[in-house]
Amino acid sequence: MNIGAPDKLDWLVGDGLPEVRPLRPYSDAALEFLGGLSDALLRDRANRAFPDVVTFAFFCRRANASRLKNDFGETANRLGRGLAFHITPSNIPINFAFSLVFGLLSGNSNVVRVPTRDWPQVDVVCRAIRALLERPEYEEVKRRVALVRYGRNDEITAYFSGFCDARIIWGGDEAVTAIRKIPIPPRSVEVTFADRFSCCALLAEAVLGLDNAGLERLAAAFYNDTYLVDQNACSSPNLIMWLGKNIRAAKDIFWPAVERAAAKYDLEPAHATGKYALLCGYLAGDYGIKRVTRHGNLIYRAELDRLDAAESLRGLFGLFFEYDATSLRDAAKYVTSRWQTLTYFGFDPAGLVSFVTDGLFGIDRVVPVGNALDIGVIWDGYDLIRTLSRIVSAG
Amino acid sequence: MAYSFDEIAKLDPYGTGRGEKAELYARVLSELTSSHYARCAGYRKILDAFGCDPRPTRSAEAQFMLPVGVFKTNELSSVPGSEILKTMTSSGTSGQAVSKIFLDRENVRAQTRALASIISSFIGNKRLPLIMLDTALVSTDRSMFSARGAGIVGFSTFGRDVFFALDENMRPDVDAARAFVEKHRSERILLFGYTYMIWRHVVRELAETGRSLGIRDGVLFHIGGWKKLKDEAVDRGAFNGAVRETIGDVRVHNYYGMAEQLGSVFVECEHGNMHCSVYSDVIIRRHRDFSAAPSGERGIVELLSLLPTSYPGHVLLTEDEGEILGEDDCPCGRLGKYFRLHGRVRGAEVRGCSDTYEYRRAG
Repeated sequence: MNIGAPDKLDWLVGDGLPEVRPLRPYSDAALEFLGGLSDALLRDRANRAFPDVVTFAFFCRRANASRLKNDFGETANRLGRGLAFHITPSNIPINFAFSLVFGLLSGNSNVVRVPTRDWPQVDVVCRAIRALLERPEYEEVKRRVALVRYGRNDEITAYFSGFCDARIIWGGDEAVTAIRKIPIPPRSVEVTFADRFSCCALLAEAVLGLDNAGLERLAAAFYNDTYLVDQNACSSPNLIMWLGKNIRAAKDIFWPAVERAAAKYDLEPAHATGKYALLCGYLAGDYGIKRVTRHGNLIYRAELDRLDAAESLRGLFGLFFEYDATSLRDAAKYVTSRWQTLTYFGFDPAGLVSFVTDGLFGIDRVVPVGNALDIGVIWDGYDLIRTLSRIVSAG
Repeated sequence: MAYSFDEIAKLDPYGTGRGEKAELYARVLSELTSSHYARCAGYRKILDAFGCDPRPTRSAEAQFMLPVGVFKTNELSSVPGSEILKTMTSSGTSGQAVSKIFLDRENVRAQTRALASIISSFIGNKRLPLIMLDTALVSTDRSMFSARGAGIVGFSTFGRDVFFALDENMRPDVDAARAFVEKHRSERILLFGYTYMIWRHVVRELAETGRSLGIRDGVLFHIGGWKKLKDEAVDRGAFNGAVRETIGDVRVHNYYGMAEQLGSVFVECEHGNMHCSVYSDVIIRRHRDFSAAPSGERGIVELLSLLPTSYPGHVLLTEDEGEILGEDDCPCGRLGKYFRLHGRVRGAEVRGCSDTYEYRRAG
């Protein structure tokens, strides 16, 4: 079954090319398997050390998958495209698992290249999947899943690309550009996750209206969107836009609350030097930063007096760019297709969505502060299940 | 220049004690800060954003520190392009980013004089016969001309009758080296090389064949860092011991310097301590808030140098960790702070963004 497959790769799950026979989206086989995986991951107490694994396990549980199936609607006239080849990112350990789930839910067989980096989360999830697939009730899924690991190797990537029916490329502009040079069959579809830029809109009077507990909750939610992944995910906000009245007073209570929430952050010496160098590099350049406020080395706030260069700014380890906007309209003309997630506090989401759909080039997600990293079947502007499946029209 | 470099260059590089040095550094560094502020737009923008007023005289500890990494992302020069004599580049260990340091005639001259004053305080003013523990190709072959070649060319001014101990295949020419040693048997011999090159191509090669260069009185200066040797579990004691077994009776001085602060190097004394000279100083910073740490506490190394006049590199936060061991009281008698380095800052493997090869960011 492994004929022609290159030998410089490790098969972490499966031992050769999966069988390619598409299923309908949200098939019972896929849903049952995800439920089993959720149970297995949640049952192992050791996994509580990995909040991202727990989040993933919650995503997979039966109730959630059924809800997604209901939301999706009619599946009778759709089916998977065939073989999905996933190239997943090395910086967010759990994304490979979500990518696999999207492939299964859309009815595809899957070859998933997992991160080359030694993330314990990858081992934990692969181990659970392997154990589960030993069981006869998951035979249908077993035949459709292979998880592989290999270092940079265009030959192997070309091998899988050569016959995949869908290719999913995570990992940003460089990876997408490099891998796109490797052809896929003419009928094959491709989903690419390029570098994106995300921002957060805070309404000053709403922040000022919070009681202490509410403020701490908001700060904790903001922490989860940012520090939890070193601000190194595309959906982590870099730009904090303040709107409304008494912005100054709102900042004066918001940031100290974030500082308290971030007290547990493991700021390593290399983070401190890296963040400081990153900030000074931006200051010496032409990005419209007028003032910097430091809260120790935990929070650096760079205040912008214009937005035209904002989207090339990248925060890391707690470096934020702030802008006092008189209205959202202010920002509209700077929103390019690079903008992805808008997290908000104090706004009506429907209003924000209509702001976006009123002719903006970017922003694909509008979610409350705290949900920036919540990945789902609709992601980065794609409906992944529909994109990775085909429709059979009749009439 | 408001301060007189010539006056400082006349001083014993290790003869300035705590009080006098603090006064000198507050004055000179403050002058450098306001001079760079006036002449380097990028530096000015950084200080302005931090709300740092460049005018008052501040202690060394209160000087604004520039992260050394900024020379990789930005071109910071305090002199017009027409006055730039040379641009030093240093390949960092991490990927393609390279520091660019702009030097004018005055700055180059200050670097040369400071290095000469420091090295000659160890070996005297007389030029000694010099063995380069490297290949001649490194300074002649253009394709090999690099920071390594530049270091060799720079150091060769301290010696005479320069002999390269390695052939073009990086193998020691033991017979020729022994003949050189024999020819200069009544003199002290100076040696220079890069730490890992010495270990790999001289010490190990000689040890395997059981031969020695048989030097009876030598002084070795080596530079380049311990990273690779650390991987092989070779520390200073093992290195120095092996050098003495294979090269002969030589005093070994490791020294440390950055491309961003050439000239004001830190040399290890007979007691193994890295010393600041009158040209340089060190402060250890805590990573949580960059507050200054006392002697004995490990932290991020900040380096001060009186030399940078054509680029704003007089107060730099490095990416190395170290600790101060003492000040003015090393048993070797040299005044100034002495310290120890602990290598690169911890956690340099940042989650995600240093993933140079591929697939850097998630969606």
